[in-house]
Amino acid sequence: MKKWLLCLAAVAILVILQLTGIDLLLLSGPIRSGPYIHQIVILVGINIILAVSLNLINGFTGQFSIGHAGFFAVGAYTSAFVISVLEKSVRAVLVFLPEFGQNAVLLLIGLSAGAILAGIAGLAVGIPSLRLRGDYLAIVTLGFGEIIRVLILNINAIGGSRGFTGIPHLSNFFWVYLFVLVTVVVVHNLVYSSYGRAFISIRDDEIAAEAMGVDTTRFKVTSFVVSSMFAGVAGGLFGHFTMYLHPNTFTFIKSFELIIMIVIGGLGSIEGAILGAILITVILEVFREFGPYRLVIFSITMILIMLYRPQGILGSKALFRRKQKVLTTR
Amino acid sequence: MTNFLQQLINGIVLGSNYALIALGYTMVYGVLRLINFAHGDVYMFGAFMGYYLARFGTAQSEGSLIHAILIMIAAMILSACLGMLIERFAYRPGRSGSKFTMAFWLGILGAVIGHFIRPALSGLVAGAITGIVIGAVVERFAIRSVRRASRLAFLILAIGVSFLLENGGQLVFGADPKFFPQIIPAMQMNVGDLSINNQQIAVLVVAIILMVLLNTVVNYTRTGRAMRAVSFNLDAARLMGVNTDRIIAITFAIGSSLAAAGGILISLNYPKIDPLMGIMPGLKAFVAAVLGGIGNIPGAMLGGFIIGIAEVMTVGYLQSTYRDAIAFSILILILILKPAGIMGKGLVEKV
Repeated sequence: MKKWLLCLAAVAILVILQLTGIDLLLLSGPIRSGPYIHQIVILVGINIILAVSLNLINGFTGQFSIGHAGFFAVGAYTSAFVISVLEKSVRAVLVFLPEFGQNAVLLLIGLSAGAILAGIAGLAVGIPSLRLRGDYLAIVTLGFGEIIRVLILNINAIGGSRGFTGIPHLSNFFWVYLFVLVTVVVVHNLVYSSYGRAFISIRDDEIAAEAMGVDTTRFKVTSFVVSSMFAGVAGGLFGHFTMYLHPNTFTFIKSFELIIMIVIGGLGSIEGAILGAILITVILEVFREFGPYRLVIFSITMILIMLYRPQGILGSKALFRRKQKVLTTR
Repeated sequence: MTNFLQQLINGIVLGSNYALIALGYTMVYGVLRLINFAHGDVYMFGAFMGYYLARFGTAQSEGSLIHAILIMIAAMILSACLGMLIERFAYRPGRSGSKFTMAFWLGILGAVIGHFIRPALSGLVAGAITGIVIGAVVERFAIRSVRRASRLAFLILAIGVSFLLENGGQLVFGADPKFFPQIIPAMQMNVGDLSINNQQIAVLVVAIILMVLLNTVVNYTRTGRAMRAVSFNLDAARLMGVNTDRIIAITFAIGSSLAAAGGILISLNYPKIDPLMGIMPGLKAFVAAVLGGIGNIPGAMLGGFIIGIAEVMTVGYLQSTYRDAIAFSILILILILKPAGIMGKGLVEKV
């Protein structure tokens, strides 16, 4: 009961922040980089969704996926395409609603379409994962991501190599952080339930898990599907914020970036993924003044962290949580 | 039919390049179980070394065969050094712990920051020295690198090294593409309706010589036997008195020099080189290695040829925009049918 109240309070805060115009606050801030900071804040939110969802596969289920950008792309393009087709008719049906109501309905339609298609893509990747493990799975997920990108490049209806233009601006601070909340709550409840112990048991020892009666197949596929659905949602939010999509945003470099986030933050820790997403996104932006030196410094930092703290900043620790109660036998 | 044969020749030439890069991947994977993502960038490095050697060494003998061979050997040696450097300072610390790691990385970091603050040699040197001193002190008195890093940490390390080489390459070599000089003057030959140039023949011949050489080294020398032992079981090999660190360093050196050879050979036919050129070929070569069964040397060669031919055929008969997807599609198909690759041995997991 308490948790629900907490979530409700968080949503209320988001609404207040949006209504009182944190955007406006940032826009009229002392520095003229208001919109720039606003953009980073949104990007951080989207990266948190991606990192937390990727952590479900890599950190909790122990499967090795380096193709998350592919699902991100599927979500982004699906949502953008569905909205560009349906926008007029939906608005015509919903004339009685105010503008922001129409936008909300449209966005939710787009995001659900994106999530569903990304989920299907996740299923398609999850099924080979039944036979492959470790590095083989890694390269297959990477390959799927690249295939998706090449397919998008070749579909003319969604812009192909020109990029998808004219996507309506529907997502904003409120929606992005609402879905951050949803992702964190869902992944948290999934993983820390007795049901979700199965994910962790597969990570720790697949054979032992199977011997204990865990349906490893089902859980692996579940983690892929859930994770890619959230990546799809993140994609939709991204597309409706930037209003322009290009396949080059979704190369495997993006997947690597996400992997770096969860590993640097601490694999198998939701807080770690959030921290990693914030750190990497912000650091990459802050380093911009270093110009061409930026990524060199970034990569050396990354190497040093991995050499001296390979478990990431937080390790698999979970902050803000009391010790797990011992599960009593029923 | 002629067209098909022509495409086949082009495919084999491209494939021999992929095979050369794939060999490095597969050898490193064999001894360390590590996807060395930096390998594609070593290939880029090799091409650039060839470029600079050819540009600054062409005073005497312009475009002779001996000259070309010398350039190639020198570039291969330089890349082998880079490979060993990567192994020594990025991968070995996470494996068995080693000294001066922090000093090395902070030295580079210091050099970069120093050069940023004062874009001259003095800034570079001052930064590097500061970094090395800080690193050495910190390492001596404060922290040591972790000895047993996880596989994922190694993977991120590899990605980090790869990023470093790509972006460092953009900083050092410049981001704009360069044109590789013609170290062998091109000569077109016609066999019936097929056309082939001597550069393509050179690529094929050199690739085959290197592969035969590698095969001899791995199968018939002491070092090769030690390599096979390490790839079979690292700990057991160490217990039997094999100097595993040395063998791993040699493996990196050989793999990197093969990649450099690939980089120069491909630049003969596609002379545009830039610091990001290694990403895609590196990835495809890795796919080739997995396709053949990773850790398996003949498999890597076979995989390289399959990927090369398939790619050229896609460009020739389907659409050139699909060329980057075909390698991955073949990979997924084959792995679903035979999860250990074409020539790989399926590993039974022990309980």
